[in-house]
Amino acid sequence: MPLNAEHEIHRRRRSRNVGLGIVLVAFVALVFGLTVVKVQQGDMMEAFDHQPRVSVLPSEQPEPAR
Amino acid sequence: MIDINAYEGTPEAEFRDFVALLKPRVMSLVVFTAFVGLWVAPVDVHPFIAFCSVLFIALGGGASGALNMWYDADIDAVMRRTQGRPIPSGRIDGSSALALGLILAGFSVMMLGLAANWFAAGFLAFTIFFYAVVYTIWLKRWTPQNIVIGGAAGAFPPMIGWACATGGISLESLLMFALVFFWTPPHFWALALFMKSDYHAAKVPMLTVTHGRPATRRHIFAYTLVLAPFAIWLGLTSVGGPVYLAASVVLNALFIHGGWQILRRSEDAAIADGYAVEKRVFKLSLNYLFLHFVALLVQNWLGAW
Repeated sequence: MPLNAEHEIHRRRRSRNVGLGIVLVAFVALVFGLTVVKVQQGDMMEAFDHQPRVSVLPSEQPEPAR
Repeated sequence: MIDINAYEGTPEAEFRDFVALLKPRVMSLVVFTAFVGLWVAPVDVHPFIAFCSVLFIALGGGASGALNMWYDADIDAVMRRTQGRPIPSGRIDGSSALALGLILAGFSVMMLGLAANWFAAGFLAFTIFFYAVVYTIWLKRWTPQNIVIGGAAGAFPPMIGWACATGGISLESLLMFALVFFWTPPHFWALALFMKSDYHAAKVPMLTVTHGRPATRRHIFAYTLVLAPFAIWLGLTSVGGPVYLAASVVLNALFIHGGWQILRRSEDAAIADGYAVEKRVFKLSLNYLFLHFVALLVQNWLGAW
């Protein structure tokens, strides 16, 4: 009997590995899709990125009087 | 041929064993009611966000299912109906189930917060806590009202769906909660009457064991009476309308009639015809809930009040 004979246990293990692989790929697709939708909807995407945040800085030019 | 099995005793689970740990059949109820709750809410949600939200709610439900199977492995091993579950049958060890449950719970809450909003995520976290800790660990083995309390966990999903869309709670979502909440006891007790499960062997206090079958019949009828006004009230809110109201009145009349028949039967009569009425009412209860939520969808499509 060759050493690389496949035991029933290997089939079970493969089903687990393939399943987890599919789950991970699906999760990546899900997060990517969510990102696209959220950006398209114009949600607040501004996060802390070590830069002064444009939206909280006082505007440089005061609004012209109407 | 010599076959030395070095793996004897160490479980080598398949992927579907882990799926079974998430209680896929319970999940289908969660998916459907959460979807309806989200869809009929007055705020429009992008279809992909809606899909993700329902998926993460379902995963949260699956996580609580895994935690439930981890804690209840001792009960499941005793009862015939549940002996084939992954942990009692030895395909998955308890600590793996606990780990999967905890990780999925954290994951689903985080992702629901990112996809929808953090109120809905907090609500999901509470639901998982409620099912896994309050129901499974605390009350299931302690009180014959366990079914009633467990029903609350099953009734939260439409509220979470609603919260995904609106970010809050309102009368409509509370009434959807009440619909599932008061439906659960008659549904399960009708099942308990004809599925002579060995709860006594597992020392789980079921109403049929602790208070007897005539008391269970009275409880079933009482809950169908309590359920009806809430189901119909939902039809008078902003998600209701003539189609829902008509469907609800008919379904409640049928359900109360079924409860009445169960109440009037003696145990001997039930044994004589093989629990025909109890089985019929159980099937009716499944349709009752499904059709109420279908009616909400149809009413939403036709335009609510």
